[in-house]
Amino acid sequence: MPLLAVDNLHLWYDAGGDRVVRAVDDVSFTIEDRGEAIGIVGESGSGKSSLALALMRLLPKNVARFDGSVRLNDRELTTLPEDQFRREIRWQHIAMVFQGAMSVLNPVLRIGDQIAEPLLLDRRFDKTAARARVHDLLQRVGLPADFASRYPHELSGGQRQRVGIATALALDPDVLILDEPTSALDVSVQAQIMNLLKDLKEDPGISMLFITHDIGLASDLCDRIAVTYAGEQMEIGPAEQVLVTPHHPYSQLLLASLPRLHSDVPPRPMPGDPPDLTALPRGCRFHPRCPYAWDACLEHPPLIPMPGGGHARCWLNDPVVAGERYQIQLRNAQAALD
Amino acid sequence: MRRPPLTDTLLAPSTTMSESGPLLALDNVSMLFHTRKGLFRGGVVTAVSGVSLTIARGETLALVGESGSGKTTVGRISLRLLRPTGGRVLFDGEDISQVPEERLGWLRKRTAIVFQDPFSSLNPYMTVSDLVAEPLVIDGVNDAAARRTRVRDALAAVDLTPTDRFMHVYPSSMSGGQRQRVGIARALIRNPEYIVADEPVSMVDASSRVEILDLLNGLQLQRGVAFLYITHDIASARHFADRIAVMHLGSIVESGSARQVIDQPVHPYTRALIAAVPEPDPANRFLRRATERWQDTPGLAIHPGCPHGGSIEVPAVLLEVPGEPGHSVACHLEPARGR
Repeated sequence: MPLLAVDNLHLWYDAGGDRVVRAVDDVSFTIEDRGEAIGIVGESGSGKSSLALALMRLLPKNVARFDGSVRLNDRELTTLPEDQFRREIRWQHIAMVFQGAMSVLNPVLRIGDQIAEPLLLDRRFDKTAARARVHDLLQRVGLPADFASRYPHELSGGQRQRVGIATALALDPDVLILDEPTSALDVSVQAQIMNLLKDLKEDPGISMLFITHDIGLASDLCDRIAVTYAGEQMEIGPAEQVLVTPHHPYSQLLLASLPRLHSDVPPRPMPGDPPDLTALPRGCRFHPRCPYAWDACLEHPPLIPMPGGGHARCWLNDPVVAGERYQIQLRNAQAALD
Repeated sequence: MRRPPLTDTLLAPSTTMSESGPLLALDNVSMLFHTRKGLFRGGVVTAVSGVSLTIARGETLALVGESGSGKTTVGRISLRLLRPTGGRVLFDGEDISQVPEERLGWLRKRTAIVFQDPFSSLNPYMTVSDLVAEPLVIDGVNDAAARRTRVRDALAAVDLTPTDRFMHVYPSSMSGGQRQRVGIARALIRNPEYIVADEPVSMVDASSRVEILDLLNGLQLQRGVAFLYITHDIASARHFADRIAVMHLGSIVESGSARQVIDQPVHPYTRALIAAVPEPDPANRFLRRATERWQDTPGLAIHPGCPHGGSIEVPAVLLEVPGEPGHSVACHLEPARGR
């Protein structure tokens, strides 16, 4: 039984008129064990932050569709009433570290009071216990205990992000959602935060959903990687497999477009423009940018299971459809010769 | 502080220089900012100290460093958007370091800047054609038809085609990559010889970054524009710059060809910076990469190739790494100044 199982999750937004943004569209994945991290990789507009909000159930007002199944330790969460979700799940079992270390902390509240907020809510801890717990949490994220009495403006960006992580850890969650936790940080500070996350993954074995646009960061922390595009998972699989033998053309082109530090192979630009989320192309959402696109791509491809445990949403991985494509190419080549 | 004058042996670019010398040269440039804290406390921040560099015509120099390292300040000084508090700035052989602003009109026509943020650097109430034409209006090109032709040419040069589709749209209806192209078209409209690109792709989507950088490279090849490419992304510097200078706390700590600096880094700060990059490579996963102080990063002993031989040099001079022409490094034992 997986720790977290997400099945056919949808989160669509009303975009005015009869237009709908399909931010999370039929997303499924599991986190099997404690200490497992899954990376959600995608560009802006791929719906990766909406996935985090859907799991935390922090929904905006203009939701057009929100359904699917989220099971934590085999307990269905989507059917829980909001009040029960707030008291029993949010921050207790699923917690989140937000993007933008600069703006998520309250500037007029001392660090300790901010971390203690979830502890004191619903009288989960008394004040003495909460104070001890805050010192404990600060230590765990590598900050001195006296930071509890400081204000956010006294802290650097990296220190603030550590406070964000301490706050999320306050109630010992099973799953930690991290939404671009290092995007505002310098590369060396980013490396420090990543070190901390690697430690927390080992001990106490926190499971993570790591949302990023940087596939390099995902590969540094995650056991599995899901590549998302226009609200949909294009590929999901073990991190090494996605990095070395990506099965989806989008994953392949994304990896090829990264400038590599130790290689002289020039990065290749990705063709085309990002999709308009209110007017998605028919069939495969990537097909207008895909160099391999052909007739079959006007039909929406399913996630096709791959050898090695991954899945890819591309007809090229379907033996029958790919075989037809090959036959057509063969005939065309033959015709060109004749 | 006295130091030897600019010497070609240390600072010559790896590419062959044109007979007329470098297009841009910074010689021992410093920048102090005065900070004011009420009536009773004032302070001085040394943003840049003792920076020397050259850029040849048609060459790209990447200035790599973390936030606060002074790389943007150097870029602004090179355009004389800031007046340096010490040292000389030579543009095409002319000392521009202290020339009054009203006598710098010629420099403004020969140089340009591309800003980091394509969302805030374009006026949302102006159409693309107005945005791109604005420098021409300032130059007194009053013939609307001539302006339009040049705007079309600039838009075509940055691949915003068909140009008619983009002329009359507002930035709000464009993607980040498209807006940055507008910023580049605006920089190009006066046919500058030197462009400072200050983090031009850090706010653009990953899949559009290479396209923008390829575009800048193409402009360099076609028009011979020289670039100062300011970035925190050292991997992109390898592919889009001829030479790299690494900045740390206001000084250049290492410079050389892109390959010298990345494949054979000598300065421990450069090595720590490179080690901190998470490459999507299965052999590079789950590693511990950094500590609070880069000096404590494991494995950063004094490099055997260090030309300073482990001795403290004050003031820190960039010395050439033995056997590697064009690759020079500062002494890392020298205490950080100014901060």
